[in-house]
Amino acid sequence: MITYYTLKKTTINFLIHLFLLSVAITCLYPILWMVLASLKTQETIFSSLSLIPRQFHFENYLKAWQEGGFGRFFLNSVFYTLCVVIFIVFISSLAAYAFSRLKFFGRNFLFIIFLAAMMIPIPGSFVALYVLLNKIHLRNHPLGYILCMINVGLSMSIYLLKTFFDKIPQELEDAARIDGCSKIGLWWHLALPLAKPALAVVVIFNALNVWNEYILALIIFDSRKFMPLQVALKSFEGEFVTNYPLLMSGLTITAVPIIIIYLLMQKYMVKGITAGTILG
Amino acid sequence: MKIKDNLGNYVFVLPALVIFTIFYIIPFLWVFQLGMFDWDGISPAKIFVGLENFKEIFILDKSWWQAMRNAIYITLIALTFQNTLAFLLALACNRQMKLKDWYRTIFFIPPILSEIVVGLAWKFIINDVEGANLINRMLITFGFPQLVHRWLYEPKIALTTVAFIHSWKGFGFAFLIFLAGLKIIPKELYEAAYVDGANAWSVFRRITLPLMMPVIGLVAILTILGTMQAFVLIISLVGGEMAGHTSVPVLRILAAMRGSSRFGYACAEGITFGMILVALSFLQLKLLKRIRAA
Repeated sequence: MITYYTLKKTTINFLIHLFLLSVAITCLYPILWMVLASLKTQETIFSSLSLIPRQFHFENYLKAWQEGGFGRFFLNSVFYTLCVVIFIVFISSLAAYAFSRLKFFGRNFLFIIFLAAMMIPIPGSFVALYVLLNKIHLRNHPLGYILCMINVGLSMSIYLLKTFFDKIPQELEDAARIDGCSKIGLWWHLALPLAKPALAVVVIFNALNVWNEYILALIIFDSRKFMPLQVALKSFEGEFVTNYPLLMSGLTITAVPIIIIYLLMQKYMVKGITAGTILG
Repeated sequence: MKIKDNLGNYVFVLPALVIFTIFYIIPFLWVFQLGMFDWDGISPAKIFVGLENFKEIFILDKSWWQAMRNAIYITLIALTFQNTLAFLLALACNRQMKLKDWYRTIFFIPPILSEIVVGLAWKFIINDVEGANLINRMLITFGFPQLVHRWLYEPKIALTTVAFIHSWKGFGFAFLIFLAGLKIIPKELYEAAYVDGANAWSVFRRITLPLMMPVIGLVAILTILGTMQAFVLIISLVGGEMAGHTSVPVLRILAAMRGSSRFGYACAEGITFGMILVALSFLQLKLLKRIRAA
């Protein structure tokens, strides 16, 4: 009887592992294919169907970086991501601190408005943003895009940080205040350092959001020189549809930094992504 | 002193409030205003048409409802195939086993990639070059040559292909929420059930499933909200609406704005679609309350 049960258990475990493993391979295989195809040549990319290229053509990356213009697009994406994240961290933590700790008229009302903005989907808001940026002459300008993206991440970040600030014990704050700390000082010296884990989530959540954003960048930028990676990739694919190795290099340049950051900061990343939907 | 103090506190929320007002509140109100106009987006003349745009959407615009049907079709595949897969994986991973963290890490890689990257990479994998299509090669190898298709170019199949690649990208996210839900179920419940002589199936049916119902509902609504609005993946996979075969509501809005320069109509479409989604969000809120109460 014992052997029957152990046999049954081993078989079940084996099948479960087989199931998990096959799904895991399905997840990784396309990404691996993309990376390895970026090292093949246009001639061999379809003719040799082996996963591993015979020769590794790393010069594809140099070509993509220089001739394909991906160096420029990469730096654009880095610039937008950094700007948006830095501004969001300051603006949202200031507001979240006020919503959590300071008293002012209309506090709850304002907070509920921010929350509602987070919950209400407006598909096609890009139409109105396009009109708005045209009016204030910020369309086809990096500043217009950055401001739009700050707004996109603002509500969520304020909400996340406010819930975190709410948990900081009042006694800590009272002690600091008695020592003569101003309100701004409390925010900077007390609340922000304590909120590091929440700030990490805010940073990751927004960085990913900006890095992967497509539609706003598409309608805001007409000039090639302003394009971030996502828009550049799609337009590159339209123009040079035959140059697959270069396109795969571009895709790899876009995807790999994200994957590396994910592997390093998994905990915060998972929290950041799920935070957007299950609210903390 | 008190009032002055009060005013000083506004400085903290001011930057957020200014950006939020200019880039959220004002565009939000504009959408409702523009929805009642006929406007090409450039000329100073806006023609007030009242509810004509909405009338057109509801009565005349067949392509809008085709787009809606397409979005519902993708959503149904995501709800059934993607979420069932995610739930089974979560159940499998919730057992005490080795490599659990590895699987979790790997399943969450597709969700962090952009739709452009996922779309273009998959487009390359199932490309149209004779003999180089991975899926077709596998089908031939396993003896199903009659199932070979041009997955992204045949009008009847393209939408289904999109739905499955969307599921590939999305299941890891559902998986993670399911796993978090399973962790909350108290272990004592299972132990007590097994002591009482219950078998695995009845434990699943009487304990796991009922307790997971709110989480399943939540994932369902998140899937609906996310999938109904998905469109970038379609742009990157098939390039656009493919004469309506792969069009979805947001692509219609984009086409009204960029293709036919009908900004008012685009806004009206946005409002119509937004209302439907808001109704679904309210359901989400209700479910969240039930989960928290449990």
